[in-house]
Amino acid sequence: MKTVLLQGGRLITAAGVIEADLRVSNGIIAEIGKSLAPATGELVIDVSGQWVGPGFVDLHTHLREPGDEAAETISSGARAGIVGGFTALLGMPNTQPALDNVALVSFVLAEGKRTPITIAVAGAITQGRQGEQLAPMAEMAGLGVQIFTDDGSGVQSAGVMRRALSYAKPLGVRLAQHCEDATLAGAGVMNEGALAESLGLQGRSGISEEIMVQRDIDLVRSTGSRMHFLHLSTARSIDLVVAAKVEGLDITCEVTPHHLTLDESTCATYDPIFKVHPPLRSSHDVLALREALRRGLIDAVATDHAPHAPESKDRAFDEAPAGMLGLETAASLTFEALGQEKCDPELFFSVLSRGPARIAKLQKNNELHGLSAQGGELLVGEEANLTVFNPMATWTVDARALQSRASNTPFDGRVMTGRVSAVIAKGTLVLHEGKLQ
Amino acid sequence: MDWIDGGSVMQSIRGQNLLSLSELSKEAIVEVLDIAESFVEVNQRTIKKVPALKGKVVASLFFEESTRTRLSFETAAKRLSADVLSLAIASSSVKKGESLRDTIATVDALGIDAVILRHASSGAAEQVSRYVPHVRVINAGDGQHQHPTQGLLDAFTIRQTLAARRGLNSSETGAELFVGLKILIVGDIRHSRVARSDIAAYRSLGAEVMVAGPPTLLPQSVAQWGVTHAENFEEALRWADVVGLLRLQRERGTGSFVPTLNEYTATYGLTEERAALLKPEALVMHPGPMNRGIEIDSKVADGPQAIIERQVSNGVPVRMAVLYLSMAGLGGSK
Repeated sequence: MKTVLLQGGRLITAAGVIEADLRVSNGIIAEIGKSLAPATGELVIDVSGQWVGPGFVDLHTHLREPGDEAAETISSGARAGIVGGFTALLGMPNTQPALDNVALVSFVLAEGKRTPITIAVAGAITQGRQGEQLAPMAEMAGLGVQIFTDDGSGVQSAGVMRRALSYAKPLGVRLAQHCEDATLAGAGVMNEGALAESLGLQGRSGISEEIMVQRDIDLVRSTGSRMHFLHLSTARSIDLVVAAKVEGLDITCEVTPHHLTLDESTCATYDPIFKVHPPLRSSHDVLALREALRRGLIDAVATDHAPHAPESKDRAFDEAPAGMLGLETAASLTFEALGQEKCDPELFFSVLSRGPARIAKLQKNNELHGLSAQGGELLVGEEANLTVFNPMATWTVDARALQSRASNTPFDGRVMTGRVSAVIAKGTLVLHEGKLQ
Repeated sequence: MDWIDGGSVMQSIRGQNLLSLSELSKEAIVEVLDIAESFVEVNQRTIKKVPALKGKVVASLFFEESTRTRLSFETAAKRLSADVLSLAIASSSVKKGESLRDTIATVDALGIDAVILRHASSGAAEQVSRYVPHVRVINAGDGQHQHPTQGLLDAFTIRQTLAARRGLNSSETGAELFVGLKILIVGDIRHSRVARSDIAAYRSLGAEVMVAGPPTLLPQSVAQWGVTHAENFEEALRWADVVGLLRLQRERGTGSFVPTLNEYTATYGLTEERAALLKPEALVMHPGPMNRGIEIDSKVADGPQAIIERQVSNGVPVRMAVLYLSMAGLGGSK
């Protein structure tokens, strides 16, 4: 492994932000200090003014393999992750077939090990994600699975969800919910309201999310279990979760970069690139999500990276599948949501790295499962999983140039501020000057 | 609706796509109505044909079943001497899973000047207009969004009828017969593209519009459409100069928005008893196809106040006007 010296960066450490050099050698953080002298043969990278912190962790990636390799593979998803600054991805189980057993989880973990980064897996809560019979969570937990979800849809039956929370409690794992009540969401394709009614598009209400958030908070309280809320999209959902946290319930939540930066007005173009579940909400909700993020009330920004092959998005709005790419634009959008020049680097790494790593229990090296520690402190002797973010860089999104197999980003052509310049994963420099190594 | 459907207001559809009526100014609508008047005369000739679009190719793409709109559009195109490419979607590659973009690209490759598009999905016409920016797109009904030519022919029919009653030349009246005209639209506003287009046209022309129907079939944001909501249906019937009924679209699953059809008829059907509340000179309209006995009683539909058949026959001249204007300025055929 090449020795790398990061010079002049702002290091995001437990003790705050410090200006120092950092050397990675033999895969570990070998030295941190002022004005470290370059060693012979060492790659010296000038990161003056750039932020050096723990590698990003995405709690919500649809890797699509097995089943929809035309949209994404574990390998292409990992490359997209690296360009986006991620050293760990949590693959969602709504593949074809769903990741609801040991064999399928093992397949994704094994494929993940062939990539340069850490690929963790979320297992399904119910068999086939049908919301009826519990999946073998204990067996999957034995493989190191820490998060279970039927994401793509929520577990509709309150009875089944309560049973799942009870069953999962002693396993130490966390259930994650895609909150949408199917009877209220119906066939809705965009945010319910005046705009949807004017466009003649069926609405997907905020209440369909909030009613399940409220239900699950009550179920967590009654079972004493723990819970993560995926991609919350409304002001009211955030209020409910904040109140539950204040009450002392073990509840965490994430928001997506797109819900922080786009609102429902984009749907007026009828371009299915803006179709996503939960849908893009009102500008009021976007502002509330941003405010909550800035106040540190959100545990994680998670991408809900959802690749779809081009042919599936070349359809009418109501016929096209929901979902958009997220990995390669997440850091810039989070930076934007946190106010760019006002963005606090510690909060930035908290929502992109430490928070999600804690939720997915990736903070400790798990040799049994071959997962390297994520979201930790920058300490000498630790394996290096680092991301360097340049808050001064600007770049233009080019959908065709993305690493994902699909190109369904709603941000094509958008000029972004802030970009990941380098990534060191498992001690190896995998991204340098924004390019895969 | 114009506040929400986007900023730009079109002063004329000359050389433009026709996707939605909410983006048309009063002048643009009146222009279509006036041109349509001149085509009424063409339709009364022995040889019902003018060479306006000779050499032009119009593709008629109906992704959703339709009888009257399709016949009316294709007749209109032929009377303007255009060549009509008619794609039978039900038996086409669309059924085999071809994407909308690919289907349009295939048709475009045959060399077309305009597309008449009917699709079950809202926004399909706008999407197609982006796929083939060099082709004029006429929306013949997109999902629950808009049905612009229906809105235009409804306005045309009202103006024609009122002008005739007063012995006026319709095309000399501009929009004045609509000023203060009280129009009541009844039924499934929520799922109706006809309602959205009618409301846009009537409001642009200066009419007062009221809607009536069970709450489950009304948009929650209806107040923002610049219309009022009838608190009392019977009083609204007494108020109206024109009553436009909408089809209860059972095929779209809207049946579940009301408990039973009988109850709908009992509460919002235009029965003979309710029709007796109308002003003697009030007009009764329906875009068809009618569910006789559900939203409208047969006797009322065939009665003296109904101008439903006239709506159908006006479809051709209005669509001729739309094709003529929209395709104006196109160069020689390819």
